[in-house]
Amino acid sequence: MNTYELVIIGGGPAGLSAAKVAAEAGLHSLVIERDYKIGGQLVKQTHMFFGSEKQYAKTRGIDIASILIDDVKRHPDKIEVMTGTTVVGLYPDHVITLLQGEEYKKIKAEAIIIATGASEKFLAFENNDLPGIYGAGAVQTLMNVHGVLPGHDVVMVGSGNIGLIVSYQLMQAGVNVKMVLEAADTIGGYKVHASKLKRLGVDIRTRMSVKKAIGTTELNQIEIAWLDDSWQFIDGTEQRVDVDALCISVGLSPLSSLAAMIGCEMKFVPLLGGNVPIIDEYHETTVKNVFVAGDVCGVEEASSAIVEGYYAGLMVAKRLGHEHPDFAARKADYETQLDNLRSGPFGEKTRLGLLELRGERHV
Amino acid sequence: MRIQQHPILQFPHDQVIHFTFDGKPVAGIAGDTIASALHNLGVRVLSHSVEKGRARGFYCAIGNCASCNMIVDGVPNVRTCITPLKEGMVVKTQRNKGVLHEHL
Repeated sequence: MNTYELVIIGGGPAGLSAAKVAAEAGLHSLVIERDYKIGGQLVKQTHMFFGSEKQYAKTRGIDIASILIDDVKRHPDKIEVMTGTTVVGLYPDHVITLLQGEEYKKIKAEAIIIATGASEKFLAFENNDLPGIYGAGAVQTLMNVHGVLPGHDVVMVGSGNIGLIVSYQLMQAGVNVKMVLEAADTIGGYKVHASKLKRLGVDIRTRMSVKKAIGTTELNQIEIAWLDDSWQFIDGTEQRVDVDALCISVGLSPLSSLAAMIGCEMKFVPLLGGNVPIIDEYHETTVKNVFVAGDVCGVEEASSAIVEGYYAGLMVAKRLGHEHPDFAARKADYETQLDNLRSGPFGEKTRLGLLELRGERHV
Repeated sequence: MRIQQHPILQFPHDQVIHFTFDGKPVAGIAGDTIASALHNLGVRVLSHSVEKGRARGFYCAIGNCASCNMIVDGVPNVRTCITPLKEGMVVKTQRNKGVLHEHL
């Protein structure tokens, strides 16, 4: 069985950034990615990022992906990348089982960084399994990575940043976005994204959601309705809308099942997106030498995932006896960057969620 | 349906990849996954639920939800959203949990 110093599960922004800093500190790592390419969800994000220059603000997500991939390629002697490989088992003795095509393999690691990201949440309504109903991020992949359109007439459910951004990108690709539905009183995402849509004439309707999908083997129509103060549909307000695609953008859940599998103590923190591993200030879980970075320990933006990746890479390297030459300065810098990214009103969820995770806030 | 013009992205449509879908000869292009090639052909029903036989399409595009599982070259439960299309692939709609393929 091959033994690695560090195995990083997930080749997205957090995993790639962790590998980079670990390599700079002199550590060898293996990055495992289940998709056939690395870069995570950045590879489909054509919009420019916010934040500061250190997290590549004003750069398109697709270009940030290239930067992070190039960073990893600069350390061919230190970083090995395995794509098309799914981690199917993670055990307390640090044995990792992999599925590669039809072959199972076993490897071992001295330390592990779980950087598996998050998956899109689903929404319960009648016929929600009809083909033509997609996660908004999935549609973004289909059109921005593969250049294929999901349909002609689309309705978006959810007005968080993903819902707003993907709606705009659908319009850029020539798709008619009929409306964006938001169950809450107000639009969830940044005003700048919502304003772009409104300028294009897209109808953003608050206090409305999808009640059922209509179609035999594929989606043809949806029924939408108003919601009352307790988020229940108001009878008699139903309207039918002809659509051939419906995008669901109602948040993300951390993909934290591997952390639970290896025995990390978990906590359900809705503000962080769901079930997350309990971590200390160094991003280490309750299982020694198992660290986490990115959305798996709380859903945020890719900018935060990048910095958390750097941070976890720095900490793991130190643990395994490869203290980075700039350890103290880097540590302070990454901590400041994370504080800054979480400072505004949109960072409140993460700030409160992290307090709750640490047991410093009770709900 | 492929994007013809885009303000930011370019999609070269040059290298054609031939495969079969439920016995019919069809084609995609280099860079496609199986699911994206089928979507371009207007095929959105990729699998069926096991008990009620309800039609399923792809949902997550990250290999997580199992809604796009198909039989590819005799192997069931292939996550077509993260599997690159290859020349000569034999792709079939899946209607059950998947059976071990013949040579195993």
